[in-house]
Amino acid sequence: MLRLVVRRLLQLIPTLLGLSVLLFLWLDRLPGGPASAILGEKATEAEVIRINRALGLDQPVYVQYWRFLKRIAELDLGTSTQTGQPVWDEFVLRFPATVELALLGILIAVAVGIPLGYLAARHRGGWLDVTAVSGSLVGICIPVFFLALILKQIFAVELGIFPSYGRQDTGIDATSVTGFAVLDGVLTGEIDAAWDALMHLILPSVALASIPLAVIVRMTRASVLEVQDEDYVRTAEAKGLKRSVVRGRHVLRNAMLPVVTAVGLLTGSLLSGAVLTESVFSFGGIGSFLRTAIDGRDYPVLVGFIMFIALVYVLINLLVDVAYSLIDPRVRVY
Amino acid sequence: MSVATKSEKIQRLAELTATKETGTGASLWREAFRRLKRSKMAIIGAIIISLFVVLAIVGPYIAPHAATAQAWRGEVFPNRGEFVGPRGENWFGLDHLGRDMFSRMLIGARQTLLVGIIATMIGLVTGFLIGGISGAAATLGGDAGKRIDSVIMRFIDMLLAMPSLLLAVSIAAIMGQSLTTVMIAVGVVQIPVFARLLRGSMLAQGGADYVLAAKSLGVRKRRIVVSQIIPNSLSPVIVQATLSLATAIIEAAALSYLGLGNPDPAIPEWGVMLTQAQRFFDNAPLMALYPAVGIIITALGFTLFGEAMREALDPKLRG
Repeated sequence: MLRLVVRRLLQLIPTLLGLSVLLFLWLDRLPGGPASAILGEKATEAEVIRINRALGLDQPVYVQYWRFLKRIAELDLGTSTQTGQPVWDEFVLRFPATVELALLGILIAVAVGIPLGYLAARHRGGWLDVTAVSGSLVGICIPVFFLALILKQIFAVELGIFPSYGRQDTGIDATSVTGFAVLDGVLTGEIDAAWDALMHLILPSVALASIPLAVIVRMTRASVLEVQDEDYVRTAEAKGLKRSVVRGRHVLRNAMLPVVTAVGLLTGSLLSGAVLTESVFSFGGIGSFLRTAIDGRDYPVLVGFIMFIALVYVLINLLVDVAYSLIDPRVRVY
Repeated sequence: MSVATKSEKIQRLAELTATKETGTGASLWREAFRRLKRSKMAIIGAIIISLFVVLAIVGPYIAPHAATAQAWRGEVFPNRGEFVGPRGENWFGLDHLGRDMFSRMLIGARQTLLVGIIATMIGLVTGFLIGGISGAAATLGGDAGKRIDSVIMRFIDMLLAMPSLLLAVSIAAIMGQSLTTVMIAVGVVQIPVFARLLRGSMLAQGGADYVLAAKSLGVRKRRIVVSQIIPNSLSPVIVQATLSLATAIIEAAALSYLGLGNPDPAIPEWGVMLTQAQRFFDNAPLMALYPAVGIIITALGFTLFGEAMREALDPKLRG
């Protein structure tokens, strides 16, 4: 197990280096630049040159890349050209918001999707099965931003049950400890702040959960259907094990394998979805910030954030593989 | 064998292929087609797809009004929240600029389908080339081939490590706002998916008995790849291509929502129409619902058909 983790962590280094090279080549190709984005249309040539020199953009791209590597070695990610704040600070400010959103989203998807998929498989052909399967097919086909808009319109604007934008009401004076608004509220005992933050999370995370939910329902269903006809399930039933034991230990545990992998792979699409839901609900996470960073040609933010996202993505999939080998002793790698 | 003339060889080949076709064992594809015809999902999907394709072809010709005709401009006041809903003259009502929604939906079908098809083609063809090279190198290239395969796959992993929408947004940012941009951006995102799929499928086929047989008969490697491994690895790629048509249409809508869609008002596209309509969602929800429902139903058609194909082609379900 340890060897697997170490090997995968070592593989991260070339992947991230490669990604950073790609990013630099890409940024080099982007039309415009931070200078014209900052100055707008009134930019004079002298000012553009001055800013480019200050940012080191007058150098050829390989020199820029070399400087970037030297900075990275000192754990310095540079400064945002939009806000003037260090990239790391911007990241720490916004990352928790997206993590909260994504976590709740995947939690909803797993908590609803696995039982639903399991029940659908057990009652194959029944009304629950038909509803679950057709619902998940439709779920994949609804554009996430449209679902977010509909949810916002119905539950925030018309019914007023949930707030329609932001992470927390401005009237609430919450103490920030970790940056995770819900967790902070619980830690500091400000229950109303935690509750308010949670309410702000519900609609965006439900919208975000739609696609993972659809995928998980169908994967669980297919997987359970396949597993429950296996010989070892029949054996277990034949030797008189209790039904609940057979279902839990033999069917569900084996059926979970592909689902666990799918959950890991879904993180990527979750981040894409976050860009959309965050902008519908003006939720200040990394998704919406990245979007503005592209418009503002904020190179340090783009490089830093995307590398972090890639890092998180790889780490989550590593975690998934570890979880996988815990569930299935056959693939355990020592 | 050595004395056989060329014509004899051709004759033998003809006999061999002839027995294959008249034989009782149906080919994977023929059997899959038979099962597709029995699948309700496939039939509903096929009906939706055909309707959509017909709409895309004839839509612009049967549209009662031009896409840009603002004939009823004086009746619509977005600022005051006054819109015109469905009525005899305008079946779907008017949009915020006094244009006929029904005509724009009809005309927009073609663009929506084109974006889906071209984006998927870009992803499919490029991904096919990359995945095919990688898979061929890994199965028959020996140690050097395995290294080539591993380098290519690391590159694909890097592309996959970037959230697809951000990748698409950044490509669109490089190329500027246009319909071509949307197609390319959505297509590029699909490349790693197709590449991985074909390679994985080829690796699975690489160890098959028929490959071993071909190898021991001395068939050239290129031929084994082109005429044996690739044809047998195609089914997951074809299923994915059908499903990708749905994803591409949805992703194109998402790009429009992020402000990177085609700005030309004369070429309406459902994703762009949906994006424009969402600003007026409070007062004129129907304006957004038409393109949204159009997108959802179309995507559903491709998804249903793709899923049915996946089931029909699944060797585990053969029988």
